[in-house]
Amino acid sequence: MIGRHLLSAQDLTSADAVRILDTAGELATVTDRSVKKLPTLRGRTVVTLFFEDSTRTRISFELAAKRLSADVINFAAKGSSLSKGESLKDTALTLEAMGADAVIIRHGASGAPYRLANAGWIQGSVINAGDGTHEHPTQALLDAFTLRNHLRAGSGDLAGARVAIVGDILHSRVARSNVALLRTLGAQVTVVAPPTLLPYGVHTWPCDVSYDIDDVLPHVDAVMMLRVQAERMAGSYFPNELEYSRRYGLDSRRMALMPDEAIVLHPGPMNRGVEISAEVADSPRAVVVEQVTNGVHVRMAVLYLLLGGRPEELMVEGADR
Amino acid sequence: MPERTVLDASDVRRAVRRMSHEILESAKGVDDLVILGIPTRGVYLARRIAAAIRQIEEIEESEAIDGQGVPCGSLDITLYRDDLRLREVRALEPTSIPPEGIDGRVVVLVDDVLYSGRTIRAALDALADVGRPAAVRLAVLVDRGHRELPIRPDFIGKNLPTSQSETVHVHLTECDDDDSVTIAQVGQ
Amino acid sequence: MSDSILVRAGRPYGQEPVDIVIEGDRIAAIAEVGTATADRVLDAQGCVVLPGLVDLHTHLREPGREHAETIESGSQAAALGGFTCVHAMANTSPVADTAGVVEQVWRRGIECGLVDVRPVGAVTVGLEGRQLAELGAMASSAAAVRVFSDDGLCVHDPLLMRRALEYVKAFDGVVAQHAQDPRLTEGAQMNESELSGRLGLAGWPAVAEESIIARDVLLAAHTGSRLHVCHVSTAGSVEVIRWAKSRGMPVTAEATPHHLLLTEELVSTFDPVYKVNPPLRRRADVEALRAAVLDGTIDIIATDHAPHPREDKDCEWAAAAMGMLGLETALGIAAQVVTRDENSGSADGGADATDSTDWQAIAQLMSVAPARIGQVADQGQPIEPGSIANLAIWDPSVETTVSGERLASRSGNTPYAGFTLPGAVRHVLFRGRPSVVDGGLA
Repeated sequence: MIGRHLLSAQDLTSADAVRILDTAGELATVTDRSVKKLPTLRGRTVVTLFFEDSTRTRISFELAAKRLSADVINFAAKGSSLSKGESLKDTALTLEAMGADAVIIRHGASGAPYRLANAGWIQGSVINAGDGTHEHPTQALLDAFTLRNHLRAGSGDLAGARVAIVGDILHSRVARSNVALLRTLGAQVTVVAPPTLLPYGVHTWPCDVSYDIDDVLPHVDAVMMLRVQAERMAGSYFPNELEYSRRYGLDSRRMALMPDEAIVLHPGPMNRGVEISAEVADSPRAVVVEQVTNGVHVRMAVLYLLLGGRPEELMVEGADR
Repeated sequence: MPERTVLDASDVRRAVRRMSHEILESAKGVDDLVILGIPTRGVYLARRIAAAIRQIEEIEESEAIDGQGVPCGSLDITLYRDDLRLREVRALEPTSIPPEGIDGRVVVLVDDVLYSGRTIRAALDALADVGRPAAVRLAVLVDRGHRELPIRPDFIGKNLPTSQSETVHVHLTECDDDDSVTIAQVGQ
Repeated sequence: MSDSILVRAGRPYGQEPVDIVIEGDRIAAIAEVGTATADRVLDAQGCVVLPGLVDLHTHLREPGREHAETIESGSQAAALGGFTCVHAMANTSPVADTAGVVEQVWRRGIECGLVDVRPVGAVTVGLEGRQLAELGAMASSAAAVRVFSDDGLCVHDPLLMRRALEYVKAFDGVVAQHAQDPRLTEGAQMNESELSGRLGLAGWPAVAEESIIARDVLLAAHTGSRLHVCHVSTAGSVEVIRWAKSRGMPVTAEATPHHLLLTEELVSTFDPVYKVNPPLRRRADVEALRAAVLDGTIDIIATDHAPHPREDKDCEWAAAAMGMLGLETALGIAAQVVTRDENSGSADGGADATDSTDWQAIAQLMSVAPARIGQVADQGQPIEPGSIANLAIWDPSVETTVSGERLASRSGNTPYAGFTLPGAVRHVLFRGRPSVVDGGLA
């Protein structure tokens, strides 16, 4: 059973994850019609608390909550982040006083959602919308949902699916959540990166590791390209964008190495010409736009499963009529 | 008091058949009819009713597949329930609306047991978000009374007077061991 | 002259019980139990008597951060922990890098009167690592500084480190190095390990400590100067120090109670109470440190008592300050860790965990050796007639459940909240006068 919070993809069992994906599947059909709004979370208050800019993730959650009729408050806390640590607590206390049933938090510090959930500041559910270089569980869920639709006809798990994740694994919360979740769902994951962009101890992760994308691409059902940030060059992680692109970028030549049905994912926003060429990004094998649509359904499912039942403190009286 | 059987398999079969006749009669044919079951057992009953109507009207199976039969689907009402916060979160059931849609058609909602009427209230809300039917009718295998909303069935398999301390269970072979309706005291 | 005091039936170093008579600031006599008399009696039946503990590594925060700790509150915490001397680290505001600041700290310590407060002088002006502070002036001041450290920051410029090591020879000083390569630890949040990779927290690799220690022991050998290594935290550092000592290099080293007990797994809670520098390491490092403490590779246990106000810990991990309280829990942890039986020393042991405690070793690690390294004349003396009467009297028959609120420190950032530690400090004598009686300040 999915608990009160969604903090980490590692907390999900295979059954939890499949349940979220199944729920997202049902919600996708229900919202594929002219009246997309459901009354399910009427009267519930959902806060998006973003300490980092991420318009696409925030509006995806916002749309998901609104389609379930929750009241949505957008709390952009940019500028009050790391330098003033107390502000996370004070913000949390403010949201608690406003009666937030769920707080969707994006924060630059790894573990910030854990503090929000466990420090006793708030009672509501906490959903991790990306914390530092730690996790981004709803991104992994929407990626799994997208993979399942393409590779497994939209049901069950991902047993046996072969997925490569290419790019800055070291700094990627998307990679951490995806490795955990895809493995839980039975997929075989390979992370591909220059050694400088792989975390210490990556050999203990439940995935294979490769430094050579050309070796890996012929044997995948899907490849997930991660955004590479230019500021990594300052940290001597790689010499320059051109060299990175030559060695790890996905262009048409490399895409031709992949099996015919294999698909290309990217969490966005894309650096066209760096980790992915424009031809690949615009090719029918790139499912980036689907990922965005699926993100809303998966986030609706998470909100429904966290908020759609009895709050923990209420008893069963009068139930089941 | 042990569990007691109030309808056996042949009673269920006869009730479904009779309701099918009544639905057909009141709708004056199958042309505008859409039958939607409410998961879980309402869906199986809806399929049985649709099959019975096809049989009565002597519609060939192949025609049904071609879409000329009786459109039949399912309508999950979980997301419209008014008691979500009283229970553990519920799994969603499939909703499948026949491709013809429901606009301008006569929708017959099918459920196994009618009790408080809250499920049907939720179903009417769900239906309103799907489209605008010409009319909505309600068919239930068992009406056990104790309504909490002004809702009344149009087609009833069996009126079953109960006390609120009793529970009514509908068993269908699609998901249970047999076709029957049983009644028991709560807690048994 | 003050009244005489009889410490009745205590067990020096955990050995056979004796009566200890104190007159003035000195031990006057040690007698068979029941044979001595005095004006005042402190019952020490069943208790272990140790020379008063000496901490070579304490952050008292005054001047500048009095909301975290003051010399007075820190002195109280120290006394309640069994200490009779602490070394106040230099990273205050202003930094203790002049004779004026160290004399202020020293005088305030005397006014508080609970422990000897020995200021540590900064190695470089403002801890900035660019220019030597006035080490000689601090050494010649009333505070008579002998330990110099930029603790919190590493003296990473090798030339500056060499000069500091050479310069302090003139007054037999010692440079206490916070061994941390700054470039290898930019933005570091926890030990670099499989766990840091999974938690997405920037790693503090062991090599950042070990490489500085390796360089510094070679510099110490080359210059013939005394080097002290603060808070050793990795198995590799232990190996480097063991090698240096085997070659006769003039190096001493300390380990903290938390590095002898806690491991990095605690970080997965993201609770900043476990954030400390150097970070909590792996189980294998803890075991290597324990072995090094027992075999003498590590000379002393020092607390690195680092108080932080609530707001500096009640936040997300990355924003939190690094450091843990240590003075009031150090002896209970040492009693579990410093044992004759290598298999004991569990994290949450209870009173019978101390049956095999090696009290002679603890006296060395927490009093004699730190007093020697810090050149503190009146501390770390043997429990015998004529010694200055600095004594810590510890009751092994009880347990202490740690609570941040109940500690004397002005801050509450103890990582041991809820832990049950063996024993409790019952009495402490500071220069012949009780500073703690029956577990409370006298």
